[in-house]
Amino acid sequence: MTASLPGAVFQALLLLLASPLISGLIRTAKARLQTRRGPSPLQPYRDLAKLLRKGLIVPETASAVFAAAPFVLFAATLLAGLLIPTIAAAAPLSQFGGVLALVYLLALGRFFLALAALDTGSSFGGMGSSREMTIAALAEPALMLALFTVALGAGSTDPSRMAQAAIGQSWRFLAPSQMLAFAALFLVLLAETGRIPVDNPATHLELTMIHEAMILEYSGPWLALIEWSASIKQLVLLTLLANLFFPFTLASGPGAPAILPAAAFYLLKILVLAGAVVLVETTNAKMRLFRVPELLAVAFVLGALALISTFLFGAR
Amino acid sequence: MDPAQAAPAAFLLALGLFATGWLLSLPLHFLRKSSLPLAGFLNAFALAGSAAAAAAGAAALTAPEPWRWASPATAAGFSFSVRLDPLSAFFLLSLAALAVPVSVYSFGYIRHGAYGSSPVLRSGLLNAMLAALALIFTAGNVVLFLVAWETGVVASYFLVTASHAEEETRQGGWLFILMSRAGAGMVYVGLLLLAAFAGSLDFDRLSGAGNNMPGAASAAAFLLLFFGFGVKAGIIPLHAWLPAAHPVAPSNVSSLLSGIVIKTGIYGIARVCFDFYGALPPWAGMVVLAAGVVSGLLGVLYALMEHDLKRLLAFHSIENIGIILMGFGGGLLLRSFGYPKLAALALVAGLFHTLNHALFKGLLFLGAGAVVHASHTRNMEEMGGLIRRMPRTALYFLIGAAAISGLPPLNGFVSEWLTYQALLAGFGTTTEITRVAFPVAGALLALTAALAAACFVKAFGITFLALPRSEHARHADECGPSMRAGMAWLALACVLLGLGAPWLVPAFDGITLQLLKTRISLSAVSWGSAALQAPPPRTGAASPLVLALLLAAFGLAPWIVWILRRRRVSVRVGPVWDCGLPALKAENEYTATAFSKSIRMVFSAVFRPRREIQPQFEASPYFPSEIRFESGVSPAPGASIHAAAQESLLRLALRTRQIQAGSLHAYLAYIFVTLILLLLFGVRP
Repeated sequence: MTASLPGAVFQALLLLLASPLISGLIRTAKARLQTRRGPSPLQPYRDLAKLLRKGLIVPETASAVFAAAPFVLFAATLLAGLLIPTIAAAAPLSQFGGVLALVYLLALGRFFLALAALDTGSSFGGMGSSREMTIAALAEPALMLALFTVALGAGSTDPSRMAQAAIGQSWRFLAPSQMLAFAALFLVLLAETGRIPVDNPATHLELTMIHEAMILEYSGPWLALIEWSASIKQLVLLTLLANLFFPFTLASGPGAPAILPAAAFYLLKILVLAGAVVLVETTNAKMRLFRVPELLAVAFVLGALALISTFLFGAR
Repeated sequence: MDPAQAAPAAFLLALGLFATGWLLSLPLHFLRKSSLPLAGFLNAFALAGSAAAAAAGAAALTAPEPWRWASPATAAGFSFSVRLDPLSAFFLLSLAALAVPVSVYSFGYIRHGAYGSSPVLRSGLLNAMLAALALIFTAGNVVLFLVAWETGVVASYFLVTASHAEEETRQGGWLFILMSRAGAGMVYVGLLLLAAFAGSLDFDRLSGAGNNMPGAASAAAFLLLFFGFGVKAGIIPLHAWLPAAHPVAPSNVSSLLSGIVIKTGIYGIARVCFDFYGALPPWAGMVVLAAGVVSGLLGVLYALMEHDLKRLLAFHSIENIGIILMGFGGGLLLRSFGYPKLAALALVAGLFHTLNHALFKGLLFLGAGAVVHASHTRNMEEMGGLIRRMPRTALYFLIGAAAISGLPPLNGFVSEWLTYQALLAGFGTTTEITRVAFPVAGALLALTAALAAACFVKAFGITFLALPRSEHARHADECGPSMRAGMAWLALACVLLGLGAPWLVPAFDGITLQLLKTRISLSAVSWGSAALQAPPPRTGAASPLVLALLLAAFGLAPWIVWILRRRRVSVRVGPVWDCGLPALKAENEYTATAFSKSIRMVFSAVFRPRREIQPQFEASPYFPSEIRFESGVSPAPGASIHAAAQESLLRLALRTRQIQAGSLHAYLAYIFVTLILLLLFGVRP
């Protein structure tokens, strides 16, 4: 496998352009399920365009960390997205870092955002920063266990190989280990993307917000970068779920006949998973902060069971 | 020069410089006790000696044959010998990689009174400590090893207690020397047990000696040595001295303590596990792995609860020792299952993390030294906003914080990545039931690393960002050029060791060849194309250099767009939203204690937090005039191990007092009985 530059450029554009749409669709679908009309699915694009045009206000307490964080977050999240396969089974850059690098790149972005939140000196920033780092720390072992399970079945931590190993075995996702790992990873997705029941992306209620509390002082283009990164991260995690567990529709080579149906199936998979997120968000209430560790403990146990069932029933 | 000759020459030069620096300090101390220029002069010997030691280590690491030297036998029948094999060379190189920048830093640092009332003597002692450390790593027999070990303890003790006027310092130093003695006692017995069965004190003859012993003696010697060295390394529950001694020592000494002195324990464990024992049963690997997991997790959890910057760093040393031991433990398990190539990967992961930790923890302690000097406190709650007053220190500290949190593309990421790969390969390749230990350790490593990131968000955020929380913090000054140079060096090393890791890992070939008869670069892992590879048949790679370049490109592209646009949009500086209060004050900021509150709640089963609120009021309970608030967590298990030991010793003494009746007849009876017993059993024809 060699790195393909056109593939990388295409995937970067895909992530950049499609991720606001997925956020918008989730928002619209959620509104409809709650019998509201809701914003158009294209609203995130309008928001981004508006923010990018605007000026910005820098808090007087902030230092260079505040200015650097949006750019580090954006770069780390986008790079993480290029390590995993989206439409083609071969991810453009996965030979430069596998799932472990992906987890740590997301951590890099989070590290700087949490620092920037503290940098403002606002209590909200500190609160968001503290909560975000706590929840991320608790989600990380579950995430690793789920990824270990898939990596063991495939004999690789390279996401392209992990996907390709499962392509030939259509019913592999029914193996207990895979289903348990999928469930664990789905819970981690809810926590990492700040979804109900962990965090509410729609709220600005001071005492409950986590992600929003961290970025309260951001405005203009810097805020746009952060919002964009959050959308990309969400799409990356959805893609990870879709393509590690249901990879059989991935295109095996270049050329329109292979790519086009794969692209359609990719969209379908993402939409189904996004629909699952919408259902969870609509049917659940937000948890108290100190109930969240219990949810993540469930994810951890699911991940551990997934690994143990590899041991009992075999990985494939 | 041929590396085979270069190594001994440079090594002897280093020892000579250290010895001169130390011996000169004795007469100079009596001439000009408190002369700072003289202290700086002696410090130059430490710098030059460390540079020579670096050359020796680098040359010996690649030398085809280890260099050996032995003194003629002394009257008592033993000799001293030195041996520079690859493992020794690696630790010598780690020592030098840290000691060079630390001694550069010390030039500026000791001018501020860090060495107390006798800077000349202590500058000399730094030389003595470095010489002792170099000899610990390169000793070729038990005698020289133990002599160097004791010298190192004594020299470090006097450096730790530089500010001995303070009660806390004396306590910390006392605990350090007390526990070091206890650990050394176990090491003595363990080494002599090995030597007794091998019939030699020579490390060459001790290699593999652990396997030629009866089972019980072999196991006993292993446990004694592991826990004896574990005291030095600071594994929980034998860590009590570490968070007591590190904060009170001058920061250049803390840096060496955390970077290298505790690594003498790691060296001992590596030497014993992989050299003296050619094979160990799986339980031994499990013991090491479990010690690693427990130390890693509890170390970081207790670090999160600290708001003393240097104690926080000390607890992180325990955490990183845990990560190193996860690598070693995984390696031992894999070796006992018969996978030397995978064991080599795990060993290299542990060793690489040893070097990385020396660099970034050394850097963080030097940064903490600069901060503590500028803000006159170790309490993070009284710092804040220092990034504006000390921008360089802040930058270097940030690099160290990112490296210790394992963030790509820095060096911490590389060694954690290698550890994950070794643990994963262990689970995927082996078939024994104990292999479940690997992914469990891997998941807990993930938890440890994520908590470490949280902790360093706190450490950097509370210390350097937002508003200053005290008058001292408001008027803090950037440190001098030599201190900055020392930190810059280490920060650069953290970056280069991350980016250059694929090219550096083959340097471990000599060690894996020596200890596991396999080459890390050829057989188990192929390190081509600037990327680290997982061991075949498993695949997976990581290239820190490419990741770094791509990160830079993806970050710079929007940055350039922003710079171009900035002129056309309004950029204003405005106040922070504070819910409409008159102005944001430092009191409104999140504190370190508040930051770790959620983790304290989640892990309350571990911390057993206590808190006490006592409002005092005069007239009505609704208007308290004063509120007393106290909160804290229970100390880590083993924190009072010395107190427990003391208590049981006293109890034993009380018990034995019963035979001390004070009656002359009773004593005469004791003597009579003893005499009879001696005649019966002791004196045989």
